[in-house]
Amino acid sequence: MTMSAEPENPASAPDPEAGASIAATAGKRALLGVDAPLRLDSGATLGPFTVAYETYGTLDSLKSNAVLVCHALTGDHYAASTHPVTGKPGWWGDLIGPGKVIDTDRFFVICSNVLGGCMGTTGPRDLNPATGRPYGLDFPVITIGDMVRAQGLLLDYLGIETLFCAIGGSMGGMQVLQWASACPERLFAAVPIATAARHSAQNIAFHEVGRQAIMADPEWRGGAYLDAGTRPRAGLAVARMAAHITYLSEPALHRKFGRRLQSRERLGFSFDADFQVESYLRHQGSSFVERFDANSYLYITRAMDYFDLWEANGGSLPKAFEGTKTRFCVVSFTSDWLFPTAENRKIVHALNAAAANVSFVEIETDKGHDAFLLDEPEFHSTVSGFISSAWAARQKAVRA
Amino acid sequence: MSGTESIRVDLGVIAEMVTPGTKVLDVGCGDGALLAWLTERKGIDGRGMELSQQGVNACVARGLSVIQGDADTDLADYPAGAFDYVILSQTLQATRNPRLVIEQLLRIGRHAIVSFPNFGFWKVRTHLLCRGTMPMTSCLAEPWYSTPNIHLCTIRDFVDLTKDMGLSIERGLAVNSDGGSRPIRGAGRLANLFGEQAVFQLARG
Repeated sequence: MTMSAEPENPASAPDPEAGASIAATAGKRALLGVDAPLRLDSGATLGPFTVAYETYGTLDSLKSNAVLVCHALTGDHYAASTHPVTGKPGWWGDLIGPGKVIDTDRFFVICSNVLGGCMGTTGPRDLNPATGRPYGLDFPVITIGDMVRAQGLLLDYLGIETLFCAIGGSMGGMQVLQWASACPERLFAAVPIATAARHSAQNIAFHEVGRQAIMADPEWRGGAYLDAGTRPRAGLAVARMAAHITYLSEPALHRKFGRRLQSRERLGFSFDADFQVESYLRHQGSSFVERFDANSYLYITRAMDYFDLWEANGGSLPKAFEGTKTRFCVVSFTSDWLFPTAENRKIVHALNAAAANVSFVEIETDKGHDAFLLDEPEFHSTVSGFISSAWAARQKAVRA
Repeated sequence: MSGTESIRVDLGVIAEMVTPGTKVLDVGCGDGALLAWLTERKGIDGRGMELSQQGVNACVARGLSVIQGDADTDLADYPAGAFDYVILSQTLQATRNPRLVIEQLLRIGRHAIVSFPNFGFWKVRTHLLCRGTMPMTSCLAEPWYSTPNIHLCTIRDFVDLTKDMGLSIERGLAVNSDGGSRPIRGAGRLANLFGEQAVFQLARG
């Protein structure tokens, strides 16, 4: 017998985003932290709060086939469904679906918007019940650990005790590592992709550039822009442009744009977008502003900066995975200079030192960090192989 | 997992040595043929390490737990006593520091199984003696300028090294490409002449 994991929630709150400037109403909602608020790493508490999520496939009768997909910094829970704002297909539509790498004929796939996000899960643009106005900078600083705790409450709400697999790239990979470290008993298999066990100084530096661009925009207004009915569009666009460069690679940029000019025969001797690459970045910036909240960008980049599994384990990464029974598949990409192979290999070394069951593949590509979102057949075939064999082992364990 | 196909002659000899249901690390596991065979036929809990990325990707795609790594540098990450068997097949001669690698194998595993091409094989000797050029056989198929083999040895050299390291040889077999094998006894003079490859099972002394 199979059942749908769509429990009735009588406590379901009215849309907490009344007055929010970005429409994000599709998908499922869960009101969590009702009985007891969520205690955050900062010491603050949050609750009740809303988590927006999507599910694909059907939960089996043993509740053994749940796969948690963790999204990246600017991702959302529309992993395999049309985005309500952009109208674009899901960001992992290539991987999730019937017969695909994450086979929805076999698995019950859950993807939730992270805490602090702006696509339906409680974040800084939502109303602060204490003031009746958007939180802005009154929203507590959150961590990757807090995001994972919120996901854990969502699983409780869905009645799912253990995940067959948690999978995600970049910040999604950080959440996967946090899951593996904090709740190994709830995780059978883990696929951290293009990620790191701690954010590097260089990556913190890039994030700081983005945050400063937002905060330097006068329309940011100390974080209280929603009260003023405005938004720091220019600052957020610059933050996105700078970040977007780090998601690509020099060869990919060269292949895509070279020094080609944009809609003109010769240099304009001005500061218009002469080059195609400039025009492309401007477009990336302006379209991002339509779907993302500037304060969410501050909070989520901060959560990544604070992530450090070494520090959390007294300076020893193997300790984070001591005695783990979870099986891991770590994936990196050759041209990823934001989360390079060396960072992913540190995770593998620590897992080896913890005698964990780990596979590690480095995929040859020139597409940079973004490769985890793109059509990379070798990436897909190796992850598919790992998931299939882990699933066979999971079924064996369930039967036993 | 396709572990039912037949495997290389020396891998078959190695597979014989492994006790069913044990924990095995295959260093330099290639496309995972031995690991897949052992997992399917002997129910081992297997892990692999492989230098070539294509090899690793092929292994993971067929459902094996394999990481990309170098026997010379990456064995140090594994905790002591983590495996029952650590296998190093046809890889020792390509490592930078074979002695250190063998030490690592027996730090990580209770037993080490090592196979290598025997440079004392009579065809190798006659090749060098008669032609005066670097020997090339089915086991040593690459010319001198492109071979990955930088530390070739004979069966007697290997036996001497195990003595020097204070290791005990639990089993030793000289293997020919036709699949025939003979036990290596004592200093291994005969095996050294007639064995094309050698497979040793070692333990700490």
